[in-house]
Amino acid sequence: MANEQESMSAILLEQTDRLLGEQVTKEIISKAEEGQWPEALWKAVEESGLTLAMVPEDAGGVGVEAADALRLVRRSAFHAVPLPMAETLLAQSLWVSAGGEAVEGAMTLAPCNPVDRIGIAADGNGFRLSGTARRVPWGGKAGHVLVLATDAKGASHLALVPQGKAKVSARRNLAFEARDTLVFDGVTVPASAVRAAPEAVAGEGMLILGAQVRTQQMIGAMERCLDFAIAYANERVQFGRPIGKFQAVQHMLAVAAGHFAAATAAADAAIEAHGSRDAELAVAVAKSRAGEAAGEVAAISHQVFAAMGFTQEHPLHFSTRRLWSWRDEFGADAFWQERIGRLVCANGGDSLWPLLTGT
Amino acid sequence: MLGFRFDSLQLPAHAEETRKRVRAFLDKERKAGTFVPHRCSWNTFDPEFSKRAGAAGFLGMTWPKKYGGHELKMLDRFVMTEEMLAAGAPCGAHWIADRQTGNQILRHGSERARELILPKIARGECYTGIGMSEPNSGSDLAAVKTRAVKVDGGWKINGSKIWTSNAHRAHYIIALVRTEAATEKRHEGMTQFIIDLKSPGVTVRPIRNMSGEEEFNEVFFQDYFVADDMMVGGLGEGWNMVTGELVFERSGPDRFLSDYRLLTELIDRVGKNPGERQAVEIGRLVSHLSALRRMSTSIAGMMERGENPLVQAALVKDIGTSFEREIPEIARKLVAVEASLDDPDDRFAETLSATMLYAPAFTLRGGTREILRGMIARGLGLR
Repeated sequence: MANEQESMSAILLEQTDRLLGEQVTKEIISKAEEGQWPEALWKAVEESGLTLAMVPEDAGGVGVEAADALRLVRRSAFHAVPLPMAETLLAQSLWVSAGGEAVEGAMTLAPCNPVDRIGIAADGNGFRLSGTARRVPWGGKAGHVLVLATDAKGASHLALVPQGKAKVSARRNLAFEARDTLVFDGVTVPASAVRAAPEAVAGEGMLILGAQVRTQQMIGAMERCLDFAIAYANERVQFGRPIGKFQAVQHMLAVAAGHFAAATAAADAAIEAHGSRDAELAVAVAKSRAGEAAGEVAAISHQVFAAMGFTQEHPLHFSTRRLWSWRDEFGADAFWQERIGRLVCANGGDSLWPLLTGT
Repeated sequence: MLGFRFDSLQLPAHAEETRKRVRAFLDKERKAGTFVPHRCSWNTFDPEFSKRAGAAGFLGMTWPKKYGGHELKMLDRFVMTEEMLAAGAPCGAHWIADRQTGNQILRHGSERARELILPKIARGECYTGIGMSEPNSGSDLAAVKTRAVKVDGGWKINGSKIWTSNAHRAHYIIALVRTEAATEKRHEGMTQFIIDLKSPGVTVRPIRNMSGEEEFNEVFFQDYFVADDMMVGGLGEGWNMVTGELVFERSGPDRFLSDYRLLTELIDRVGKNPGERQAVEIGRLVSHLSALRRMSTSIAGMMERGENPLVQAALVKDIGTSFEREIPEIARKLVAVEASLDDPDDRFAETLSATMLYAPAFTLRGGTREILRGMIARGLGLR
């Protein structure tokens, strides 16, 4: 049974890789960055079942384990998919686990940072939402926004809000991905569109899930950067030999590989801790470590490519601009580092080792 | 795709049982006041501690029982080492013997060598050193010149080794020597031998390190006779032997926990309500440590399966020792204290001072960072 599942997820991973490798072209990403929604690519992604990967089979999904879905997210980021694929995947799964039905089309989540809060109150037969959510991925484009809202008693709810209800101010991150401001100025939703939030997202859960997803995406994008940079170092000839033969270049890439490997180890641990009581610390560690690595890997990749990588023409920037954006989203490295630091200091030096070993 | 990987690994239940046993042993030691955690690490030489660790079953853990071992798994040994280091236990006397010399003798030594040496190592009574570097052969190990010439029943060795930790208080070293003159094929013609440091023909001269301690040494051979059955691996197999033990030497928790006690002292000194900058920097160090620990565990798992993940080991040593070098530099930025050699009442200042004076070695011993980065680059497919 375990083997069967393993090969299932391996097949899905391979299919995803092939699909995205073929369809996510430079032209598609460039057009998406100009604001053109890549409808054909979206359809292909939706038809492949990727956006419903985490939804159970009896609810119309594919029913893969969360860990496998997170590996799909990692891989999709390798290809720099210019769509809210990860956001939809996560939102579908949350909404279904809260008792809702799978939704057609693209979805996103709000709020996405540690400070924004959306309030919810009963209003006639339905509910009324109020508050501002900034930096919402594809907030003005996704068909539905899944909003985590808190009532006057502090209880968490999920509200499914169709596009057009919130006031949208278009904003973008460094990768020209939509990160819109959504103002919920007394937005009303029917009772059927509101559910009690599953424990996984109650309180700060959405922030932790978002940080988990961005961490996995950073791993994928870093791997792409290293693939590009290593191949180029072996091809580009200067002074009569490939630049990859120069120690200075070798050492830079060795440093980048060290950051990548450490970030991947932390991200693997975060996948394993997903859904457990250790998840918050594991995600805090992974988002910090990957965020730091992202900056180093991006900088070194650009250094290897020199002027070539600084052009619009070369695809390196699709990955590096995503890294510079994702490391800041859902809590930047310093945000999570501070959290870890406060936890560790509050417990004292002798408590660190039991914390690290989980014993 | 990169040319190497770190497999995920959950420590099995038996390893966690081992952890409990090691902690119980260390608790007893601490209560008896046998060591002062913030003053020790794996460079602390304490034979009495080693003997008690041996008696408790923590040395030679993976070796067969007939050689005094305990027939446990590589992951049990991994857990034992990380617990000893995290506790600041004075485990330096037996460290090299248990980490690599014993394994080399078990895998490639003669039956006589195994029977003679392994049980003593497992009891914590026998200590060893590494005989690789020479005055003109540091990073360029294939340049060794110490020569062994065949004689009746064995070999006669002339030459010298340098930077051998603990040679002045250890029993044996394994030395890499030339059994044939160097040719164009530099990696050929070398062989490893077990050298008995107490035998005639060997002279050990301690070299004071910059903090005034005698830890490493020069070892001279003058017509030293070594019997045939003290050869480790086959004739001319020296280079393969040396690279085979590197994975033991480079991937373990001793490559990122050398100054762990400075980190815990820093946390205690900063206190329960750290400033923002203090919390951020400490959190960053913890995130690095957590990732390193997982990578090192992964390598122990690969070794358990009989793999030889050399590039991964180089990578763990490179980033692990860089992490060790960072701790004192960050600590002094977060706490305004002047490092001092004679402030026994200030644990933090004392630990910081000792670490500052030892830290340069972290990124040198066991292969310099520059050599490691060359290996990693090759693993990435460059060159």
